[in-house]
Amino acid sequence: MATIDLAQVSRWYGNVVAVNDVSMRLEPGVTGLLGPNGAGKSTLITMMAGFLPPSAGSVTLDGRALHGDPSVYREIGLVPEREEMYDAVTGWTFVLANARLHRLPDPEAAARRAIDTVEMADAQDRDIRGYSKGMKQRIKMATAIVHDPTVLLLDEPFNGMDPRQRLHLMELLHRLGDEGRTILFSSHILEEVEQIAGRIEVMVAGRHAASGDFREIRRLMTQRPHQYMIRSSDDRALAAAVIADGSTSGVGLDGDGVHVQATDFAAFVHALPRLAADRGIRLLEVRPADESLESVFSYLVTR
Amino acid sequence: MNPTVMQLTARSLLARRRALLLLALPVVLLGLCALARVLAGFDDGLAESIDSGFATNLLGSFGIGVVMPLLGLIAGTGSIGPEIDEGSIVYLLAKPLNRYQIVVSKLVVAVGVLVAFGVVPVAVAGLVLTGSLGGITAAYTLGALVAGVAYAALFLLLAVVTRNAVVIGLVYALVWESLLGTLAPGAQTLSVQQWALAVVELVLGDDATLLGVESAVSLTTGVVLLLVVALGCTAYAGRRLQALRLTGEA
Repeated sequence: MATIDLAQVSRWYGNVVAVNDVSMRLEPGVTGLLGPNGAGKSTLITMMAGFLPPSAGSVTLDGRALHGDPSVYREIGLVPEREEMYDAVTGWTFVLANARLHRLPDPEAAARRAIDTVEMADAQDRDIRGYSKGMKQRIKMATAIVHDPTVLLLDEPFNGMDPRQRLHLMELLHRLGDEGRTILFSSHILEEVEQIAGRIEVMVAGRHAASGDFREIRRLMTQRPHQYMIRSSDDRALAAAVIADGSTSGVGLDGDGVHVQATDFAAFVHALPRLAADRGIRLLEVRPADESLESVFSYLVTR
Repeated sequence: MNPTVMQLTARSLLARRRALLLLALPVVLLGLCALARVLAGFDDGLAESIDSGFATNLLGSFGIGVVMPLLGLIAGTGSIGPEIDEGSIVYLLAKPLNRYQIVVSKLVVAVGVLVAFGVVPVAVAGLVLTGSLGGITAAYTLGALVAGVAYAALFLLLAVVTRNAVVIGLVYALVWESLLGTLAPGAQTLSVQQWALAVVELVLGDDATLLGVESAVSLTTGVVLLLVVALGCTAYAGRRLQALRLTGEA
């Protein structure tokens, strides 16, 4: 079980602040690092991988400083964003070389296991330079897991993958996370993060904008209007009752049911069952209409 | 040293196009020697001049003066520079490996390439020109070897320190060593070529004066500076690699 701690981490390049006073803790399981391009995600991952010292604050793995100590790489697997590898060799040779560089007791077995895990056994004997983007991504993944690390850092791992490869990698990350590894991957695409990450850390313009389960993040932002879709035994009566209550700013009716815009999230979720019960209306379905990460994210960015 | 680092380095260094580039210089050197030898068969005067000054000139000026620095530049920077530029060095750095070990492994490969494509051809050229492996041939082979080690270490460090290593290295090899060396004699004190010539002078012994081989530096200075450059550059390259910052952004 490995924990990465970032304590008040800042990183600047000259006058440019790439990461601004970020504190977060990464625990076993899959965490998504979400943010638009240029938000400081890569800088953060590079610091977590020990390749960049923070300008201020500390980045530690189970209490050990991550920068300047090559022995931490026994614990860490890294999938860099850049595609370049030693492409004059075959996939097998490259993964095997990575296993040897880790000084594993049985590098052949480890390389075979890693290549099987990413399902690259069929193409392992071809030169890397002939691989497609998705195949390269999988070989990169194999080099990162060849030493069975407790921490896995992936920088934009879904870039350039087709939907099938994407699904495969998502399953793989799920599985590795369930095995108790601490996994962090960055992405600027919301649905990727939404589908696999148990936790989400949101970076916007170098700042740590939000943290937690994305529903949780959402609930924290009570000033944001929440939208709900409700089906009930009497939609029209419910709509009238809801708009009469102070916690909503708009109600719409259509064939699907009642669309409610709640201004005060906490007050609304308490009021709704009471309003319905008082009027003898049965609630058939209450569903958040915009609980997608997309809307959370665009809200955070514009805030 | 780490055999896996050496294997990966050798594979990328000898990737098709660069291997051809490496091959060009020794081919030119040997071509010149063969041509001189063939022509000497028809011309007694030329045969005589090969024995007196031509061989040392060709081996010194072209062999140690041009072939070794250019090969050193290709092999020294090529053993680590492209990896740093592309970012693939991360696969070596994200391992529990001593950084000095990485640098030494790469240096050994670069020197190996220099021996194969530079030192051995110089020895063969000497043999073709003089008909013997001793004397002149032995002296210039040793000179080429020490120059090669110093160039490899110097240019490897340059590639770790700057992304413009090839340009700076070329300026050093061509402008500093060749041009400035002839215009401003002081510059010759800081010239790998002159240090190597000091070693050549030592091996030639009394024949050196006879053949007009004269280094701008004394033997002690030459040997000390060769050692300082080779060891100092390697140690500093290891230190810089330890602190190499990968920004993450392409």
